[in-house]
Amino acid sequence: MLLIVVVLTFLLLESASGDAVDAYLLSIGGGDATVAQSLRQAYGLDQSMLARLWLYFSSLATFDLGWSVAFGRPVLDLILERLPNTLLLMGSATALSFGLGSALGIVAGARPESLRDRVLSTASLILYAIPSFWLGLVLSIVFAVQLRWLPTSGIETIASGKAGFARALDIAKHLVLPVSALALIYMALFLRVMRSGMAEAWTLDFVLFARSKGLSRSRIVLRHVARNALLPLVTMLGLQSAAMLGGSVVIESIFAIPGFGRLAQEAVSGRDAPLLMGIIVVSAVLVICVNLIIDIVYAALDPRVGASEPNT
Amino acid sequence: MTIANLSRRTLLQAGGTLLASTALPTVTLAQAGSRLIVAADSEPKNLNPAIVASNGVFFIASKVVEPLAEASFDGKDGLAPRLATSWEGSADGKSVTFKLREGVKWHDGKPFTSADVAYSALAIWKPLQNLGRLVFANLEAVETPDATTAVFKFSKPTPLQLIRNALPVVSSVVPKHLYEGTDIATNPANVKLVGTGPFKLTEYKPGEYYRLTKNADYWGKGEPKLDEVIFRVLPDRAGAGAALEAEEIQLAAFSAVPLTDLARISKVPGIKVISKGYEALTYQLVVEINHRRKELADVKVRQAIAHAIDRKFVVDTIFLGYAAASTGLVPKNAPEFYDASVPTYAFDTAKANALLDEAGYKKGANGTRFSLKLRPAPYFNETKQFGDYLRQALAAVGIDAQLINADSAAHQKAVYTDHDFDLAIGPPVFRGDPAISTTILVRSGIPAGVPFSNQGGYENKELDGIIAKAAETVDTAARTELYKQFQKIVATDLPLINVAEWGFITVARDTVQNVSNNPRWAVSNWSDTALKS
Repeated sequence: MLLIVVVLTFLLLESASGDAVDAYLLSIGGGDATVAQSLRQAYGLDQSMLARLWLYFSSLATFDLGWSVAFGRPVLDLILERLPNTLLLMGSATALSFGLGSALGIVAGARPESLRDRVLSTASLILYAIPSFWLGLVLSIVFAVQLRWLPTSGIETIASGKAGFARALDIAKHLVLPVSALALIYMALFLRVMRSGMAEAWTLDFVLFARSKGLSRSRIVLRHVARNALLPLVTMLGLQSAAMLGGSVVIESIFAIPGFGRLAQEAVSGRDAPLLMGIIVVSAVLVICVNLIIDIVYAALDPRVGASEPNT
Repeated sequence: MTIANLSRRTLLQAGGTLLASTALPTVTLAQAGSRLIVAADSEPKNLNPAIVASNGVFFIASKVVEPLAEASFDGKDGLAPRLATSWEGSADGKSVTFKLREGVKWHDGKPFTSADVAYSALAIWKPLQNLGRLVFANLEAVETPDATTAVFKFSKPTPLQLIRNALPVVSSVVPKHLYEGTDIATNPANVKLVGTGPFKLTEYKPGEYYRLTKNADYWGKGEPKLDEVIFRVLPDRAGAGAALEAEEIQLAAFSAVPLTDLARISKVPGIKVISKGYEALTYQLVVEINHRRKELADVKVRQAIAHAIDRKFVVDTIFLGYAAASTGLVPKNAPEFYDASVPTYAFDTAKANALLDEAGYKKGANGTRFSLKLRPAPYFNETKQFGDYLRQALAAVGIDAQLINADSAAHQKAVYTDHDFDLAIGPPVFRGDPAISTTILVRSGIPAGVPFSNQGGYENKELDGIIAKAAETVDTAARTELYKQFQKIVATDLPLINVAEWGFITVARDTVQNVSNNPRWAVSNWSDTALKS
């Protein structure tokens, strides 16, 4: 599975016109043919495509992600340097969108077709239609430039010398806007799925039974309706974590956060094949891990999944 | 209920929740004694200006590593001394003697001597540097009779005028004791710079910032004025403007604030917009022509294209006035060489049509004469926008131009290696002397793969002869005269078409003092830049 991902990435980058040396020569504003040739030799770009692919795989087998030609540093170093920022951004955004989305979804789904439901549903639809880069820019203009409550960009105050709790607080402040920009849009999605799941559950027999038993409305909403509607939401959480990795490219650029997405963008424009493949491999592993966790959570939520004895 | 207030309400709710969690209503800006924070948009892999003489590298590295001399508005020969205090050429053009500054120390405490200059010139500028290869092609030896004298010896006559004009760009001196006997290309000092400049590079956080701190042992009296310069990496085009308004940074150079934002941001109190300080690094908007294409090999067709372009419109609409119309290959900002008396091509659609008819390319039934492949370079908004404009301008004279947009690496390969274009739009740079990076645009015999060079297959023996002669004409007046002829031939024969020339824009807070006080300000050492509190 990972193998296919790597080969496809390699071929895709290979099919793009221009190579790492072209990109580098442009960035320095010129050079001559001998420089280009010696650089191609140094980067191994003078070898055939298959030879390079084979070389990459043989080093990957020993967990060596190779050397980034655009940055002149080991790929693993670059990835480890940027990964924590992206995980922090994505993790907070996912938690916020999931938490807020499902909570508001419960509010909306508790009384389907009520005024509250209609307002929330419409609002979420509008929110979902907003592109994340636009939302990011607007948030930045309103809260950072006009009101100056929060910093415009960056992951922390530069060269501040802060440490410990003060630094954590500083990072948290820097994350508020990018996390909001990323989370609000996905929150809308979670809200809608939760709400429709609940609306459907209200019509089912077991809910009718619970009502006829005389259970309180809040108990029915939380224990019976919401719990059932939560299942598709958890499935979607797994899918969205991958999508959010993609969405973070834009948000990381707008808010100047040195993360994974920006690294990927720089790798593509620098035609840096080892770096891009390293990023893809790590992202793929990341998504696989998230989905593994999701499966376990799923089993915990739904007793029908993962029962030890076979069904009749 | 409108979209605007609906989303704002939701945002405020969410924002409020988040704010409560961080429990701090305002941002306290860390404002150290005199720390200048500047927007940077790129992080060069190799930060050594002795190897990579590019503006992206100079922007940061010029504060740390110094050249022999810097460009100046009012200095002798347009130069201000830095590590060299004087320079003199011999009558035969085969040697140049530099007197070097005394009492200069490297950031690691070792003394700076003529040996460092000799080493930098012979081991780096001549064999490795992108521009130095050309300027120092005939450099044979550097003699060092004493610690403050360096005598450059050339195998062929080399004009002092060229050396002088090139000094600010090609002569960054690096310490011999850190480079000798190592692999220069991978030397760690290429990233952790050690220089003689007013600032030391003390910290680099990839993707975030470069931190430069004051060099207390700097040779300039009372300099630098700042304690710290921080280059903060802001990759998004809107980021620099927002950070300036929020007072998180104090300066954005190289048009980091897009032209379209300037009108608005110039009205913000406390912010100034400055268009000075880029005179020695003029960018030129040029239509590159592939002369292998039959129609374009005809000078009448090239003249017609030149007449079809409304330069005033380009300057006013695409550059919003922050540019000047070009007359030829040498920009007005280079008064030493500029010749205004070259043939020019006024905007005249009727004349363009007549020239094309004359050349034998009559309009077909659908109103077009022939089709062309047009590739605008993607490096600047303005080059892309000019591509859109040129397509329309050519359509008005019956030439159907098909736009092909690509990213940087792909554009570079298509135009400069594969020659897969008919017309291309490029932004070459004029660097103080035509021999540095301008004659290469029209000279023949350049191998494929060299960016910003003549890859259109143009060949003109007369022009090649003048370029070769100027390269070894020692007398300044005679050499200047040759370049005037050079401009005339280019303007007559149109191997390429110059449309406009522009410098960049600096946007700064009013507190930043001594901004743009030399013609290469953004890439100079900023030793006299100060912050008023």
